[in-house]
Parts: sequence; C-alpha cells; structure tokens
Amino acid sequence: MSQAAVLEHPLGVEPAESPLTPESWGKLGMWVFLAGDAMSFGALLAGYGALRYSSGDWPSPSTVLGIQLTAFMTFLLICSSVTMVKGLAAIQHGDQAALRRFLGLTILGGVLFLSMQAYEWTHLIERGMSISGNPFGASLFSTTFFCLTGFHGCHVFGGVVYLSCILIQAMRGRYSATNYNSVEIVALYWHFVDLVWILVFTFVYLV
Amino acid sequence: MTSPAHAEAHAAHAEHHQLGFVRTYLFSTDHKMIGRQFLFMALFMMIIGGSLALMMRWELAWPEGNVGPEPNAATRVLLKLFGDASSGDLPIPFTKWIPEPYMYAGHMPPEFYNAAFTMHATIMIFFVVMPILVGCFGNFLIPLMIGARDMAFPFLNMLSFWVGAVAGVLMLAAFFVPGGAAAGGWTSYAPLSAVPTYTGVTWGQNLWCISLIVLGASSLMGSINYITTIINMRAPGMTYFRLPLTVWSLFITAVLLLLALPVLTAALAMLLLDRMAGTSFFLPAGGGEPLLWQHLFWFFGHPEVYIMILPGMGIASEILPVFARKPIFGYRAMAFSMIGIAFLGWIVWGHHMFQSGMNPTLGTSFMISTMVIAVPSAIKTFNWLGTLWGGNIRFTIPMLFALGFVAMFVIGGLSGIFMASTPVDIFIHDTYFIVAHIHYVLFGGSIFAIFGAIYFWFPKMFGRMMNNFLGYVHFWGTLIFYNGTFFPMHIIGIGGHMRRIYNPMQYEFLHPLQHWNVFMTVSALGLGLAQIPFVINFLYSLFFGPKAERNPWHSNTLEWVAVTPPPHGNFGPTLPTVYRGPYEYSSPGVEEDYLPQDRLLSDRPAHAH
Repeated sequence: MSQAAVLEHPLGVEPAESPLTPESWGKLGMWVFLAGDAMSFGALLAGYGALRYSSGDWPSPSTVLGIQLTAFMTFLLICSSVTMVKGLAAIQHGDQAALRRFLGLTILGGVLFLSMQAYEWTHLIERGMSISGNPFGASLFSTTFFCLTGFHGCHVFGGVVYLSCILIQAMRGRYSATNYNSVEIVALYWHFVDLVWILVFTFVYLV
Repeated sequence: MTSPAHAEAHAAHAEHHQLGFVRTYLFSTDHKMIGRQFLFMALFMMIIGGSLALMMRWELAWPEGNVGPEPNAATRVLLKLFGDASSGDLPIPFTKWIPEPYMYAGHMPPEFYNAAFTMHATIMIFFVVMPILVGCFGNFLIPLMIGARDMAFPFLNMLSFWVGAVAGVLMLAAFFVPGGAAAGGWTSYAPLSAVPTYTGVTWGQNLWCISLIVLGASSLMGSINYITTIINMRAPGMTYFRLPLTVWSLFITAVLLLLALPVLTAALAMLLLDRMAGTSFFLPAGGGEPLLWQHLFWFFGHPEVYIMILPGMGIASEILPVFARKPIFGYRAMAFSMIGIAFLGWIVWGHHMFQSGMNPTLGTSFMISTMVIAVPSAIKTFNWLGTLWGGNIRFTIPMLFALGFVAMFVIGGLSGIFMASTPVDIFIHDTYFIVAHIHYVLFGGSIFAIFGAIYFWFPKMFGRMMNNFLGYVHFWGTLIFYNGTFFPMHIIGIGGHMRRIYNPMQYEFLHPLQHWNVFMTVSALGLGLAQIPFVINFLYSLFFGPKAERNPWHSNTLEWVAVTPPPHGNFGPTLPTVYRGPYEYSSPGVEEDYLPQDRLLSDRPAHAH
C-alpha cells in the first residue's frame, strides 16, 4: 500500500475486498466527479444545440468569432496537457525537478489560455456582444457563447489554482516515484478540462 | 497490507479519541454523526412541509374559510372549535399570527396558496425524502454495512451536510423576502417561472434556484463519497453479490444522483440568468425554447423519482427477510432489477410531457419504455411476496411499515401505468389523479420506508429501543388516514378535478366532488395527528428508551456486529471478514435462525460459494 493512500485516509489502510483503485481513493473520487461534471457540460451543450437548431437567425460563428486566435488557444491547451503527461512521467521516474518544471509549464499554459480568453471576451464585448444580446443575430448566440466558454474558463481557472497547490507540494518535495497519486489525480482533471474544450471549440466556434 | 502493529495503533487511537463538542456534534467528520444530522434536519423540514400541506388541504375543503350551505358533522365540529358558527367562517387554525400579505387573519390568499404547494413539494422532495434516504441512511449505513470504518472522504462528507444545510436555509429564507416564496410549482415551468411579473414572485424564485444549485453541490459531494466508498472499501470477503440490498440500492441511487443533478443545476443556472441577467433561454420572445426547460427538468426529474424510491426498495428488502426469518427471494434478481429500473429511468422523461405537443410517434416510444419499467418493478414486488411466503412473520413496527411500503407501492405503481398510457394521460393529465399517484409512491413508498428504517435502525443509531405501543398507534393511524387522504384523489382526478387550484368552488362541475375534498382534509388532519405519537416516541426514546442490545432483531448484516451505538471507527481493532451473503435466515447449518455475515463456520471451508 502506498504512502499516499495512508495519508489520505485518516484511519489508515486496512484490507478491503477488491478495491478498484487500491493505490488511492482520490483517484476513483476524481473519476466519479468528472462523470458528474461531464453531465453538466453535456446539459449545457445539449441546450445549446436545441436553441441553435430552433433559431432562424443564428449568425455563422466564423464571421463573428476569431477562429485563428481560438485555434491557437486550443493548441496551447493541448500542449499543456502534454506537459502534464511529461510531468507525471517524470515523477513516476522519481525526477522531482522535471515534475516542477513541467507543472510550471502546465500552469503557464492555463494562465496564457485564460489571458487570451479575457482578451477575446473584451474584444467581443467592445463589439457589442453581451450575455443578453448582440448585434449579429439571435441574442442566444452571445448568451450561449459566454455561458459555455465562461463555464469552461471557470474550470481552467480552478485547474490553475489546483495545479498551483500541487506545485507548492512538489516544491516541498512531497512527491516521489512511489508517491505520485495527487499528481495523477490533478492530471485527470486537467485532461478532462482539455477534452471538454475541444468539444466546446468544435460546437461553438467551428460548426 | 495491514500489519498487526498498525491495527493495534488504530485501536489505541480510537480509544484515546476525545473530540470537543464542536467536532463531535457540529462539524463532525464521522459518517454516523453526519447521518444523524441529516435526519434531524430533514425531520424539522418535514414539519414545515407537512404544515404547508395541511394549510392547503384546509383551503381546498373550506375555500376562503367558507363551509358551504350544508356542512357535514366533522365540519360542524371544526366550526365549533376553530370557526365562527354564526357566519359559517372557518379560518385555518393556529395561523392568525402569520402577518399580511401571507395570511389574512387565518385566511389564505391565492398567492400564498401557490407558494404553499410549490414549497411543500420542493421541501418534501429535496429537504425531507432525499436527505433522509440518501443523506441519513446512506451515510449511516454504507460504511457499517460494508464493513468500513468511515466514508472514503470524511471531510467532504462533513462539507456535504453543511452545504446542504445552507441550501435549506436559503430555501426557507424565500418565505421572508418581499413577494414571498417561489410559486410556479416545484417543476417551475418556464416561462411562468422565468419572468418575475408572471407570478409576482421576485427573490423567492431566485432563492429557489440558488438553493437547489447549492444543494446540487452538496449532493455531488455525497455521491462521490458513496460511490468511492462502496467500490473501494468493502471488508474482506464482501463481494458485490454479498452486499446487503440496501447498499445496492444506495449505490445505484448515488450513480443516478451523480448523473442527474448536474443537468438540473445547468437548467437552474439558465433559469436564474433568464430572471436576473436578461437572457432568454426559455423565453420565446427572445428566441428561446420553453420546452427546453421541460426537457432538461424531466431529464433530471425522472431519475429523481427513482432516487427517491430505490433506497426505499432497498430498505424494504432489508426489513422483510429479517422479520420473515427467511432469505430474500431472488437476491440477484433484486439487484439486477434495480439496475434495470435505474437504466430505464433515463429514457422515459418524455412521459411527463405527453401534453406538450410532442410528436405522437415519439410519445409512443416514451410510453413503451415507461411501461417496460413495470417488468423490473413487478420482479421486485413478486420477490417481496416470495420472501414472505411461508415465512415466520413477526409483525414488529419496522415490518408493518415495510409491508405498508410494498402494498402502497403497488397501488402507486399501478396508477403509474394509467399515466404512462398516452390516451389515458390526455384525460387525467393535470388532475388530482397525478397528485394521488405521486403521493402513493412518495408517501406510501418513500415515507413508509423512511419510517420503517427509523424504527429498524433507531437502536443502532441512538443505542435505545423505541416504544412499541406508540409505534403501533403511529403505524395504524398513518396507514388509515394516509389512504383516506390520498385514495379519493384518484376518484376526483378521474372526475376532472384540476390540481393546483385555489378554490374548487369556482367551478360548477366540481361542486359534486366537494364532499371528497372535505373527507380528504379531515383524513389529512388525522394523518397529521397520527405523527404526534411518532414525535413523542422519537424524542422520548432518544433519551429515556430502554438500552438496546447489539443485535436486537437478530439480523445478519455487519452493522449489527458493531457495538451499539457504534464507536468512532465502527469496528474493534480488526475489520470483520465476510463469509456469506446477508440473508441467511433459518439456515439448517446452525442452531439459531440467523447466521451473521462475519461468522466463520469451522466445519466448512471459508469461501464455500
């Protein structure tokens, strides 16, 4: 039994019948949370689809939204997933310095993404888009745009805070080749946020 | 895995574990205390929700305090007690203190009537049935029944209760804001709920949305805990098919909660934006779709129905074998039928929307998938009957409530088939038939199971036995008056009595049904009075009941292996090892008529099956 599981469970680890993630309860907990979170994104995306399908004057997204900038943001977020994978692989080999480096790069990716999103939002608001209306057509176009990208942005922000906590722990040397569950768990979350962005990007910007 | 030294250290840790008042009773991370907290919160909310229901019933029987030209005997008695016999005015008793504009000297205005039925349903569903079945019994029973020391994430568990309590305060706060509480029905159909001027309710509806969003967070934390705990922390030997059916039901319920509530949360956020940020998700004027609300709400709402009944089924499956002294009939069929019900629950939400102008072909597919649910439900019912067949039945209080659950659930299930059928639904839609159905499954089903569970596990929860005589009075009073209250709703529903109306006497064609309204209200008052012995019994037994032994019902499951009441950490220095399923009653292999899951029979190999 790994040290992490012992630390996470205040009463210590005792034998159990065929646990699914014996190395850490938190890993299963994160998977369960992500299943629930996927349903909230699913509901928002399904609502978006229904509203757009029944609308007669939905503007073509590419005429309003800057696809190139967002494509770069998407690329950046995928890169931050890659650095997350590299960070986890590093600590699995016991390389603490590389873990810190890659965690830092992952956080940088998230922060750059959020900054560009803030820039994009500012630009669109200046062009008259608000949560309740826009000059380009159906008012729900901008409503759903801000809701979907905003909800995802909150997840990225939460992920940056979460990753920073893990980075602080990493700088204190808490993780090692036998104790990296927390890194794996934050990686699950970060990959999920990345995956959801690809769906949001596809449906809100491209289609 | 565990060294003996480790286990010893744990035992010492448990013995020397003295926490202060705040950490023991308020911000406790112990699953048993959190379960008790959910129970107390929900019982308090039940009093509020029940009072709202009685006020509504009073209004329906004697609309605007008017007893009509020929009051019957019961009405005349009430008139003498609470009214003014000369003018025939019968205001709602004990409500004169409620100020205007909520009540006018004991008379309920229509706006408050709308708020009353909205808040009655919301409170009963989200703050009574769910917190007791899932919050209380889920928390208390899961670790004890699977042989674990606590939940997987005790801190998250504590947070779940306190976030839920905040949601409860927000919901009740809605009564005290200008405009009153939410009044668009518990389904809050848009656009009625989306435009404040339609109902005249401003912050009441906003708080309703915010409270349920907060409750969604609480529920999410709970389901993460339940699922992780059940998958990862079962005691050695506790395979999935040795789990008590209560744990199976709570596991499936947690999955439903996990996947259904985020959809409601998303819909509530949209509704709140429509009300507060000028968006038009559900407003046709701004290009929105009112039907989108209905789809999202019922996509959550139908799994919600099973969230509230599955734990009841699990509890009945636990109590019936104990007091029939027989193994449950068809253990695996019971587990698989619950999985089947949970799965089918996802593809039937359209049956709440047959009258929304849906394509008849689509309606037919929803009708068929709904009727298929009768198959797993019937499997469960027949298995309960099979469990009782030839049993050595002991009519204890929990057993009576479990039997009441089965009987009432059958009535509620059968009336469900009427509504599932699209042509019949055209006729009975939006009538009291629907109200009858939901109360047969939610009160006759869930609440009967809740009472059975409280009487059954009270000795383990609080270490004392409840009084039998008061229990019998409670059961028979509840059963009789409950049926008197809700059964006639089928009849007036078929007669065309609409639900959610303030004054039935405004409609000429409902006049011949009014005597039923009086009958149901008098029964409802009896139902309310029948809860008094329960309250007395609960509070008295909490402090003065006879001390309970470790296993008073001679039951097999692991919670009865722990001492009464279970200490911090539940079990002694080592966790129990499980050798068999949970329902081995009257086994020929042993002298007693029960065989606990953790007893090792030496003349047999440990893992015989």
